[in-house]
Amino acid sequence: MAREILGKDAINEALREEMIRDETVIILGEDVTQLGSPFGTCKGLYLEFKNRVLNTPISESAIIGTALGAAMTGLRPIAEIMYADFLGCAMDQIINQVAKTRYMFGGKAKVPMVIKTQQGGYVQNAAQHSQSLEALFMHIPGLKIVIPSNPYDAKGLIKTAIRDDNPVMFFDHKFFYNMKGEVPEEEYLIPFGEASIKKEGSDITVIAISHMVNFAIEAGSKLEMENISIEIIDPRTLVPLDLKTIIDSVKKTGRAVIVHEANLTCGAGAEIDALISKEAFDYLDAPVERVGAKPVPIPFSEVLENAALPQVEDIVNIVKKVLARNKR
Amino acid sequence: MKIKIKKDDLLDIYTIMTRIRKFEEKAADFYKKALIKGSLHLYIGEEAIAATVCKLLNKDDYISSTHRGHGHIIAKGAKPDKAFAELLGKQTGYCKGRGGSMHISDLDTGILGANGIVGGGIPTAVGAGLSSKILSNKKVSVVFFGDGAANQGTFHESINLAALWQLPVIFVCENNHFGMTVPITESTREEDIYLRARGYGLPGYKIDGNDVIAIYKIASTAIENARNGKGPSLLECKTYRWSGHWEGDSCFYREEAELEKWVKKCPIKRLEKILAGEYGISKTELERIGLMIDAEINQAADFALKSPYPDPKDLLEDIFYNSNKH
Repeated sequence: MAREILGKDAINEALREEMIRDETVIILGEDVTQLGSPFGTCKGLYLEFKNRVLNTPISESAIIGTALGAAMTGLRPIAEIMYADFLGCAMDQIINQVAKTRYMFGGKAKVPMVIKTQQGGYVQNAAQHSQSLEALFMHIPGLKIVIPSNPYDAKGLIKTAIRDDNPVMFFDHKFFYNMKGEVPEEEYLIPFGEASIKKEGSDITVIAISHMVNFAIEAGSKLEMENISIEIIDPRTLVPLDLKTIIDSVKKTGRAVIVHEANLTCGAGAEIDALISKEAFDYLDAPVERVGAKPVPIPFSEVLENAALPQVEDIVNIVKKVLARNKR
Repeated sequence: MKIKIKKDDLLDIYTIMTRIRKFEEKAADFYKKALIKGSLHLYIGEEAIAATVCKLLNKDDYISSTHRGHGHIIAKGAKPDKAFAELLGKQTGYCKGRGGSMHISDLDTGILGANGIVGGGIPTAVGAGLSSKILSNKKVSVVFFGDGAANQGTFHESINLAALWQLPVIFVCENNHFGMTVPITESTREEDIYLRARGYGLPGYKIDGNDVIAIYKIASTAIENARNGKGPSLLECKTYRWSGHWEGDSCFYREEAELEKWVKKCPIKRLEKILAGEYGISKTELERIGLMIDAEINQAADFALKSPYPDPKDLLEDIFYNSNKH
């Protein structure tokens, strides 16, 4: 039976279910006990799982590195980093230690850990609390990258992430914590590397990442009134990437737009664009276009932030632009 | 505290130190012949620390090591043959040739890895300590690091966390007085790293790092405390690396006389004197150990030389652990 619950509650349920299922699962991070993390995803867990939900000092390197050592020696840690921006404090541990440990040691180490964080803007948190940083980590071999857009996907994916025997970087978007979504009462898991088609359509493929899926859905409704039918694909995981679903859709529509909240420059969209151009070149009726943040630190003032980050209208406009281009 | 160390234990430590010394000498030889590529950082002169501390550990205890890690891993039980093979980039090496000197590791003997990033492996040891506490398995975890790493943020974050949570972690600072070419006097105002323990609320000890007996006494107490839930300790072992930071280092930054002073304090020779004096071990017996290690090292080197290189077709294997079942 599907109910409607908030994203933060969906994640909280998932964490609880996994901690009951496997007593080696632990959570460590800043303000995860009484506060239950600032967004409430860990609410109450410390009462139920004594000594397995651990408040740490404000020491991101130690949080990630301790999780790594724990993962190598029998635990299944979830390292909670309050804002993705704070990953900057722990970059060595992530890119030089966590990502490389298994390969560098000849495939002998197992590193079952999740680096769980949240990101995104539109709430006037300014430059150091609003970034979308997933692309930085796609560049580093050895990290799986999960980036859901809604409560249902977040719950199914975090459960899979916790059970994965590899380092997984899990990027929530602060928007869906307070968004209601249908979440079944029964247990379910969502495998990595399976994109989700959020809306079927025939004129153009819109590949949207994280919260931009919600924007694309809104743009899709507006475009529908103008008889434009967009197909929305949410990759859900960027590593591994379900390229097949994307390519199949582009072959069908002949046109593609990629939307992410992260900076356009070297964003995930650049990689997906290149892959589409290589795999579906003969099917394209127009160049692939991308929508992303302007190359600027996210400003505080709402008018400036809105100018820096993608808006629904940007998607509407770019879709029309791509459709306006005639086949040669 | 008066501890009389058992003769056999001391002989074991001597054997391990000899093994490390001869392993490193052979590695230097390989490097000169261009059989080892990349960087090579030798542990010669510091053998007492790894040999003594690891002698006090169980096989399933953990260590985390550094770029100067050959001594630590051999002391913890890694075999010279697979270690040489790794240094030579061979398929039979501990990391199948993917790690090399700076990333050598053997999880079967509790080695969580050497580390190419100064201070990078310190939190790993804290994580192993956390596992031990949560799983109540009484395992102890030791992290070796240099005076250079003591100025990395990971040191401060890790030691604070280990003390806060009273984790079974021993922080062993090998103060060899240089961070690459820069003397410690140019990188920190207070040269005694052990004093920092006070600021984080754990015991700190200053030890002559070339004195096996001194290390044994303090490390045994620290390890016992950690194993019994009494939390972490910081051991600063003052020592000196005889080689340069890397093989090929001109050592422009130090006086020959300084090196000679430390060569006179050779930890192996010092232990030989103790063994011959207090413990009545004959010169012949010590020579026998030396010859035994010579043979072992030669055999190990031979194994590595004859081993095949990895097959590039396996290049992309093992980035992720593949398990189909959840």
